[in-house]
Amino acid sequence: MTLATLIVRNARRHRLRVVLTACGIATVILAFNLIVTTVRAWYAGVEASVPNRLITRHAASLSIHLPLAYRDRIASISGVTGVTYANWFGGVYREAKGFFPQFAVDPASFLDLHQELVVTDDERKSFLGDRRGCVIGRRLADLYGWKIGDVIALKGTLYPGDWEFVVRGIYRGADATADETWMLLRWDYMNERRRQFDPDRADTVGWYVVRIADPGLAGMVSRSLDSEFANSAAETRTETEQAFQASFVAMSGAIISALKLLAIVLNGITLLVLANTLVMTVRERTREYAVLRALGFRSSHLTALVTGEALLIALFGSMLGIALTMPANRLYAALVSATLGNFFQRMTLSPSTLILSASITLCLAVCASAIPITRILRSRVANDLRHVG
Amino acid sequence: MSQSVIEFQRVTKSYFRDEQEVPVLRNFSLSIPSGKFLAVMGPSGSGKTTILNLIAGLDRPTQGTVHAAGIEVSRQRESDLARWRARHIGFVFQFYNLIPVLTAAENVELPLLLSPLTKRERVKHVQAALGLVGLSDRIHHYPRQLSGGQEQRVGIARAIVSDPTILLADEPTGNLDRDAAQAVMVLLSRLHLELNKTIVMVTHDPRAAEYAQEILHLDKGKVT
Ligand SMILES: Nc1ncnc2c1ncn2[C@@H]1O[C@H](COP(=O)(O)OP(=O)(O)OP(=O)(O)O)[C@@H](O)[C@H]1O
Ligand SMILES: [Mg+2]
Repeated sequence: MTLATLIVRNARRHRLRVVLTACGIATVILAFNLIVTTVRAWYAGVEASVPNRLITRHAASLSIHLPLAYRDRIASISGVTGVTYANWFGGVYREAKGFFPQFAVDPASFLDLHQELVVTDDERKSFLGDRRGCVIGRRLADLYGWKIGDVIALKGTLYPGDWEFVVRGIYRGADATADETWMLLRWDYMNERRRQFDPDRADTVGWYVVRIADPGLAGMVSRSLDSEFANSAAETRTETEQAFQASFVAMSGAIISALKLLAIVLNGITLLVLANTLVMTVRERTREYAVLRALGFRSSHLTALVTGEALLIALFGSMLGIALTMPANRLYAALVSATLGNFFQRMTLSPSTLILSASITLCLAVCASAIPITRILRSRVANDLRHVG
Repeated sequence: MSQSVIEFQRVTKSYFRDEQEVPVLRNFSLSIPSGKFLAVMGPSGSGKTTILNLIAGLDRPTQGTVHAAGIEVSRQRESDLARWRARHIGFVFQFYNLIPVLTAAENVELPLLLSPLTKRERVKHVQAALGLVGLSDRIHHYPRQLSGGQEQRVGIARAIVSDPTILLADEPTGNLDRDAAQAVMVLLSRLHLELNKTIVMVTHDPRAAEYAQEILHLDKGKVT
């Protein structure tokens, strides 16, 4: 026998109480993991950006477009090795329920600058050969069951009317961070129809994507690019793709902050649930701890006994929670991508999240045992032994 | 006359209840030589348990000094006292105070966890102690599977397993029927006679006190 034997036996004394406590902890772990996974999915977009790309947009607002004529002037700036452009299309699939990002792009240059979006040569060729063609990400294709040759009908919002696009390619991400939920359609097709209902805004682009030779020169190239268009009708603002995407994420920062706060508050529940169980447990065993102290057990032994029991319960709860999280996350991810679609496309549970949740719980177990331990060590052995029990 | 192993020098012990001083021992002196079996008797509230607690360092005197097993108990730090207790003091309680989730053998092994003995040595000591109290066949029983008398004998085995200098027993037969009480008393006097243990036993039972070499009558903190 060792002290560990006593810890384990003590923990198994009130099975129902321990199971209920562990279930409480498991619930917290489950919620915590889902929240952290959500937050991480949100930030994944920022991580996906490539360091040698800049985004040039209108200095005042992203909703004001830039003339297409800027393209050649940007290309001629030193340090720039490629330019492409895109418009946010903002179409709606099936009565606003299906939302996913759609970009009207210049097919050849856009695919050239975004090597992380991998299509076969045949797909590329047929996209370039069909003005009504489109290329979609693999996850998007999976979500709606689209195959090459299918027709996707969208209702325009920014560009009114009914639009139909033929799937000419399905791209996959070159690495795990690439977004596989985009739909790329052709800017020239979009521009041609726009000329009819909104001639004033024809031949303008939402933003330029600029490839630079050396990521280290991002600052310099950005400045010379913006000064090129200073004092013109449409001044520009250029930043790295990373900063650009971070600004999108920041728009929803309040929600993300709220979620983070929630994750912290949740752990407070673990602390309370555990402390409550431990205080109850230790009070019932007041006499036993007094006996141990009378036998010569020291503060360190009693601390080990209580902390060990707390850790055991926390570990049990954590394992239960992690076991629940796995299937729950699958369900949750399916639910979220069905309703919110692509904002949260990488809702995959990472092992580090699980480890984080379990470690926090174990740390909290140590904290929670502090209260009952102080109670034991403060109480007088002689008094505790006097109580007839 | 052998040297005293327990020595109270003009000990006063008072409790304070709502600022009211409740004196329990007043100017109490006592010297117990090594190997003595002393019974302490007296009415309820006369301070018998208090004496045992002072010897074991579970309580501190308000005034005066208590020496036991080579140290001045009343002046030690808590952690040093615990170490000293593990080596020198064995406790037998009226309500046995066994740990319910541990078997008889495990309860007896508890004090040995504080010693440097190996696992194998501990098992040997446990078997010897349980053999001595006549419970070799109950090693794997839990306290709830034992009778009161058997539980108390496990309690005695736990008290002596680490071969302490002093055995303190607080009404060890108080909760037992006549036969079980007699078995426990025979056991304690054997420990005294064969192993030469110093024993201080508090009791209300005159039949139990008869087994002791000497009886201390206590009333209102005074020897009578
Ligand atoms: N923590 C305490 N606070 C206040 N008074 C106390 C405390 N502990 C003991 N006393 C008092 O000290 C006196 C002596 O107590 P003690 O337990 O030594 O008596 P006892 O002789 O063992 O009695 P009994 O035969 O009932 O066990 C009692 O009057 C008791 O009420
Ligand atoms: Mg008493």
